[in-house]
Amino acid sequence: MAKITASVYTSHVPAIGAAMDLGKTQEDYWKPVFAGYDFSKKWMKDNKPDVIFLVYNDHATAFSLDMIPTFAIGTAAEFTPADEGFGPRPVPKVIGHPDLASHIAQSVIQQDFDLTIVNKMDVDHGLTVPLSLMCGEQDPVKGSWPCPVIPFAVNVVQYPVPSGQRCFNLGKAIRKAIESYDQDLNVQIWGTGGMSHQLQGARAGLINREWDNAWLDKMIADPAAAAAVPHIDYVREAGSEGIELVMWLIARGAMSDVPYNAADATALIAARDHSTRVRHRFYHVPASNTAVGHLILENQ
Amino acid sequence: MALDKPYKDIPGTIIFDAEQSRKGYWLNQFCMSLMKAPNRDRFKANQRAYLDEWAMTEEQKQAVLDMDLNRAMQLGGNIYFLAKIGATHGRSFQQMAGSMTGLSEDAYRAMMVGGGRSIEGNRHLGEDGDAQPQQQPQGQAAPSKKA
Repeated sequence: MAKITASVYTSHVPAIGAAMDLGKTQEDYWKPVFAGYDFSKKWMKDNKPDVIFLVYNDHATAFSLDMIPTFAIGTAAEFTPADEGFGPRPVPKVIGHPDLASHIAQSVIQQDFDLTIVNKMDVDHGLTVPLSLMCGEQDPVKGSWPCPVIPFAVNVVQYPVPSGQRCFNLGKAIRKAIESYDQDLNVQIWGTGGMSHQLQGARAGLINREWDNAWLDKMIADPAAAAAVPHIDYVREAGSEGIELVMWLIARGAMSDVPYNAADATALIAARDHSTRVRHRFYHVPASNTAVGHLILENQ
Repeated sequence: MALDKPYKDIPGTIIFDAEQSRKGYWLNQFCMSLMKAPNRDRFKANQRAYLDEWAMTEEQKQAVLDMDLNRAMQLGGNIYFLAKIGATHGRSFQQMAGSMTGLSEDAYRAMMVGGGRSIEGNRHLGEDGDAQPQQQPQGQAAPSKKA
């Protein structure tokens, strides 16, 4: 049986990718950002998963205004890093896991979440920057990512975007799907984006350190309460692009201390047998326009 | 019943909802075309001619030519789409975001290094934070107000 062993959360700022691609990581500006991931790179080596289920948002790359899927699962054999206007990032192509992805799509859709199945899609910085941060620089041709990755794109670009509650519940369904896969696989689920940032208008540059950290505390200790935070709070308190944080709740909802169904006694007891251990927590301002947040949670 | 838009009272912020998306459809689709290098070359060679190939309003075209991102946002642009224009001109996201605030590039960068823009006074319209309409443009209004 496949199981989720850990969840990883991180911002996915494009400038972080550019800093790595241009060899700027040791500059004074960037040093403290990357220092926050030193532990994480080592942890990744020591805890290499078989598959990463990577929740991110597409930034008007694979999805223009032609089609705007709320939740899209990548079922392809591979995904090419996208040209976002500067040329593609010089990183390895992303190898998918079509069989597990199709299994998850079937299970999650039958649990009443209407996913869009995507067989062809380029992946942008939302997906590749977290991989770079956790796995370090990789040669685009000779290098490779440590394992297959299932891209899972969430619309947080055009309103209406899904609620935190919807994302949290979807995470529970994804865990159920993974746990019903026959093969023994160690799966990590990553939630990316955020934390506070606003990229537009006179309020651009907004950062709310207190709110970010209070939200992290809540997401770790009382995720159901974090899931209940309404959209408007993210936008008002953490900036228009801070709404990306709802994606973290998908990963959090998939951890085993969260009951599938809070009204079901068996599920509640099963969840009580588990706890979540914080292996790493990091917060830094700024990376370009953004507050960088990062967490590693392990299932116990 | 009209759609509930609680975000309308946040200063200095345009939420890209269905109404904005309808307004900005061709502006944003033009931006998408800049993800291909040959299109970027053609656009840079003659911006006006390239823009005239799209069913955009004259105001939208002018906002692109002026790189007036606030105007482009008002006219239905979305920042992730507009970012492709910036990338075509070799501008970073920080330069683009900063250009919407009225602050100089250096002042904006310094604000970010100093911890970013404060939320205080910037939650609701009618407060007195630096992103409020009565403080615009920032970097010009602020010193004269203090004086």
